[in-house]
Amino acid sequence: MNYTNLLKIAKNALMRNKFRAFLTMLGIIIGVASVIAMLAIGQGSKKSIQDQMSSMGSNLVFIMPGSQQRGGIQMGNSSSQVLKLTDVDAIRVNCRDITAVSPEVRTSGQAVFGNSNWPTSLYGGNIQYFGIKKIEVESGRIFTDLEISSLAKVCLIGKTVIKNILPKGTDPIGQTIRFKNIPMKVIGVLGEKGENSFGQDQDDLLIAPYTTVQRRFLAIDYVQGIYTSAVSEEKTQDAISELQTVMRKQHKILKPEDDDFRVMSQSELIKTFSSISDILTTLLGAIAGISLLVGGIGIMNIMYVSVTERTREIGLRMSIGGKGIDILMQFLIESTMLSVVGGLIGIGLGYLISSVIGSLMGWPVVIMTQSVVLSFLVCAAIGIFFGWYPAKKASNLNPIDALRYE
Amino acid sequence: MKSTIIEVINLKKDFYVGDVTVRALKGINLKIEQGEFVAIMGASGSGKSTMLNILGCLDKPTSGEYKLDGVSVSQLNKNELAHLRNEKLGFVFQSYNLLSRTSALENVELPLFYNSHVKSKERKERAIAALESVGLADRMHHMPNQLSGGQQQRVAIARSLVNDPVVILADEATGNLDTRTSYEIMELFQRLNTDEGKTIVFVTHEPDIARLTSRNIIFRDGWVTKEQLVTDKVLASEMLKALPLVEHEG
Repeated sequence: MNYTNLLKIAKNALMRNKFRAFLTMLGIIIGVASVIAMLAIGQGSKKSIQDQMSSMGSNLVFIMPGSQQRGGIQMGNSSSQVLKLTDVDAIRVNCRDITAVSPEVRTSGQAVFGNSNWPTSLYGGNIQYFGIKKIEVESGRIFTDLEISSLAKVCLIGKTVIKNILPKGTDPIGQTIRFKNIPMKVIGVLGEKGENSFGQDQDDLLIAPYTTVQRRFLAIDYVQGIYTSAVSEEKTQDAISELQTVMRKQHKILKPEDDDFRVMSQSELIKTFSSISDILTTLLGAIAGISLLVGGIGIMNIMYVSVTERTREIGLRMSIGGKGIDILMQFLIESTMLSVVGGLIGIGLGYLISSVIGSLMGWPVVIMTQSVVLSFLVCAAIGIFFGWYPAKKASNLNPIDALRYE
Repeated sequence: MKSTIIEVINLKKDFYVGDVTVRALKGINLKIEQGEFVAIMGASGSGKSTMLNILGCLDKPTSGEYKLDGVSVSQLNKNELAHLRNEKLGFVFQSYNLLSRTSALENVELPLFYNSHVKSKERKERAIAALESVGLADRMHHMPNQLSGGQQQRVAIARSLVNDPVVILADEATGNLDTRTSYEIMELFQRLNTDEGKTIVFVTHEPDIARLTSRNIIFRDGWVTKEQLVTDKVLASEMLKALPLVEHEG
């Protein structure tokens, strides 16, 4: 028996009942389309988080104050005042896997210009702060060492703040705005970053020398965070342990459990968020997979009914020379054709749904070749798996009984 | 020199229904030569259907010998039997057994689909030729439900001819047809037998149909009770002429 003939036989048999074939495929079509769409949306959200976070610098490593104990009382993280400028200097001197380091201090308040005002945040850093956090300066300049040491009242301004307090068409550079009642001269405009994946506006900020923020606004001698750049993304792990060693030495800590700081890297955060997103994707995919399974059972059901209904046809095929294996293959090919054609239509529909959802909701959509190939293979497997039993049943029929079947 | 197409020697067939053994064929001896038109007759339960199933290689005898065109069938396995059916046999059934929603041409092509030596062009040509020989060249693309009973049976006969079998086995092939159409079908069988030399084994229980063949074999209770040449062989075309004129369906 040659396979061209078998394919033709199976195709003709399916074409004899087009509407039923379509309905049978519908289960698979919906199943595959939802798998593709769900995975695409899941992968899309993962990618968007990754992109956002790497845009902040994938070799970013930062130190946050950790909880500290004073006389047996846990103080919590935020009130901690343990990070000092001396730590920053020690890191700069001692860490070989670190290329840049900057303190970070921040405060929030109203920015005022003329009769407009806007609540925003003021961040303080040094010259390297921009490079570490991948913040671009669109126009103007960043502050100088002299401005840092002289606690200069200068700042760089984010697009959202400009939009909300400056009259349209005004060149922000050279203007003086007030933040918490202290006049600040705008020396640069920050490049637009948009929202991050958590919906936070990354353009709603001002950046000034850390000394200015520390002394003029907060009157503190500690810093709220230390931001560093590792040599490369691969070296972040080395950088983390180096930072821990230096910090422990600085803070005279012997056991890691007693750490009063936390070292975190952007790549770790990316991994964490990616894994959350992966769980979500798996969940969505699994639900869609169930509908694919239901579609497969639908095929089995129809094939089973079809074998009973076509008993006389099977008897006839056997009487004119069809062997058991020919009958088996015919029904197997029929069910596989249903699932594979259904799968192909489903892939197309999945693409369509993904891109429609993507453009309607503004979600990123990533259709991975693996998920397409995988769902196609799953379809073929479903056709063979769920077609096997009915096909086997058909091939085992006795031609004499089958011919007489009413 | 005519060769023997079917040779059956002391063939027995038992069925087991629970604990009971039903002896359907109790020792049959038969010989059918090439070019014969044989009717197998008998009441229901006489064993004629069992005989036809065995002759058609759909069933195997319990004991005894069956040679089809020189091939000893008793020793063959299922797949070899299927192969034999495809190459050497043509079946015509009482209820036509055409595939619905499938054109006459495709129905006739069907046996050749199971023969891997026949290419698709040859398959089509042979199917067209078979349909022409049963007088349905103009109905090639009709579906079975667009054809009358007689025409459907003609398609079935074309299907049995398409693989050029050594013998055509017809099982009550006129059983579902009215008298006129029955005679028309028999006329076709007679023509295939005399003009094209086809060997035909025709199972029937109607004596007036059996009269249109050249030899009758009568079964009863699992034995061949009577074997007789039809001396007063009638032509179906003459029977048709003798029928009163009625509106013609076909």
